[in-house]
Amino acid sequence: MSRQNDKGLELAVMNRRRMLKCMGWAGTGIVWTMVGGVPRPFGLGEAAAATGFSFVQISDSHIGFDKPANPNVKGTLQETIGKIGALSPAPAFILHTGDITHLAKPEQFDQAEQIIKGAKLDVRYVPGEHDVLDDNGQSYLQRFGKGATGGGWYSFDSGGVHFIALINVLNFKPGGLGNLGQEQIAWLADDVKSLSASTPIVIFAHMPLWTIYQDWGWGTGDAAEALSHVNRFGSVTVLNGHIHQIVQKVEGNITFQTARSTAYPQPEAGKAKAPGPLTVPADQLKQMLGLRSVTLAEGTHPLLSDATLAG
Amino acid sequence: MLATQVRHEPLPMARRNSRLGRSARMGAAFVAVFCAATLISGGSRAAMAPDTIEISNFSFGPAVLTVPAGTTVTWVNEDEEPHTVVESNTLFKSHALDTGDKFSFTFTTPGTYEYFCTIHAHMVGKVVVQ
Repeated sequence: MSRQNDKGLELAVMNRRRMLKCMGWAGTGIVWTMVGGVPRPFGLGEAAAATGFSFVQISDSHIGFDKPANPNVKGTLQETIGKIGALSPAPAFILHTGDITHLAKPEQFDQAEQIIKGAKLDVRYVPGEHDVLDDNGQSYLQRFGKGATGGGWYSFDSGGVHFIALINVLNFKPGGLGNLGQEQIAWLADDVKSLSASTPIVIFAHMPLWTIYQDWGWGTGDAAEALSHVNRFGSVTVLNGHIHQIVQKVEGNITFQTARSTAYPQPEAGKAKAPGPLTVPADQLKQMLGLRSVTLAEGTHPLLSDATLAG
Repeated sequence: MLATQVRHEPLPMARRNSRLGRSARMGAAFVAVFCAATLISGGSRAAMAPDTIEISNFSFGPAVLTVPAGTTVTWVNEDEEPHTVVESNTLFKSHALDTGDKFSFTFTTPGTYEYFCTIHAHMVGKVVVQ
């Protein structure tokens, strides 16, 4: 990872003491990057070497999209997978935080899976709204939902971390935000009930689990209720996609991060008429696409690094 | 961001121009109405066909459409993003509309029909049938 440090790599260290410092200067607003001159406790390479456990997050591959914002989304996903394959030490698995496809067509799912398989790693998916377009997610679940409970949400343990996959792109209400629903929230409460408060938690879902920009629907209406069940944990990391750019926020022990897309960027909140695909000059596109590595060192919060395809 | 916004401009401008051309052909009185509406609202939809709702920039235009009973209303998706048109009680429900796709529904009974995009729930609209 250190070879990417000088090109397009951002670091976000989930150290609690530092988080509080960040909150000190950022207030409760959105923190775009937490690099900003704040010293980090250790380098990426050291952390990975200490535990040997890391995973990767990719998001919003939108296979099937072919508009000017990126006429070659298969190519940029392929490139992302190539970068993951080159990571050393190899990550334990890939999390895909949704919008795997653009229009939820079987051939688009096939193409995405085929490309992602190239990494030769396990992949854990959650759907985006693009993956559940016309059938309330049934075809998505048939493909990716094996072993999942309820509407497709699930949890698993790896590297001493409890991972929770939530679905917030079904059963939208008019005028509303993303939605988890009571059944899923009850499941979540039960899922974490018996865990020690020192267990690191990583929650991943497609739409942001905090409201970034209500006018564009960038949030999840009942997220606060869901997150009340993980407040007691010392380290909670929430990984989302949907907005095709990195936004971060810290609230108590919970740190929220959205990820870049592998397909195309979207405008910053409120800086365009609508949150649609953003066409940038071709030579800038790859700076706005990328992947995220997450490394876990014992006794610390997860260490995140975001790399672009330009790096 | 500035460069990007400029890039986004040509499409809506082109649509606006084509609408102006259409309305001009429909007579001077209509043009006057169109201009007045444009001046007042800054909007560009006064010259839309009266039974067409354009989906662009993640919004339904017009957001409220009033039609006589028996009218077939057609939605057209002009965005690069898929959208749906779903009545709140699922009286009608489109499939995901890709760019350029259309969906129509014939309103036979007077009343107010609220609908939204089930992919982007913040997008809401209303058809008032008289």
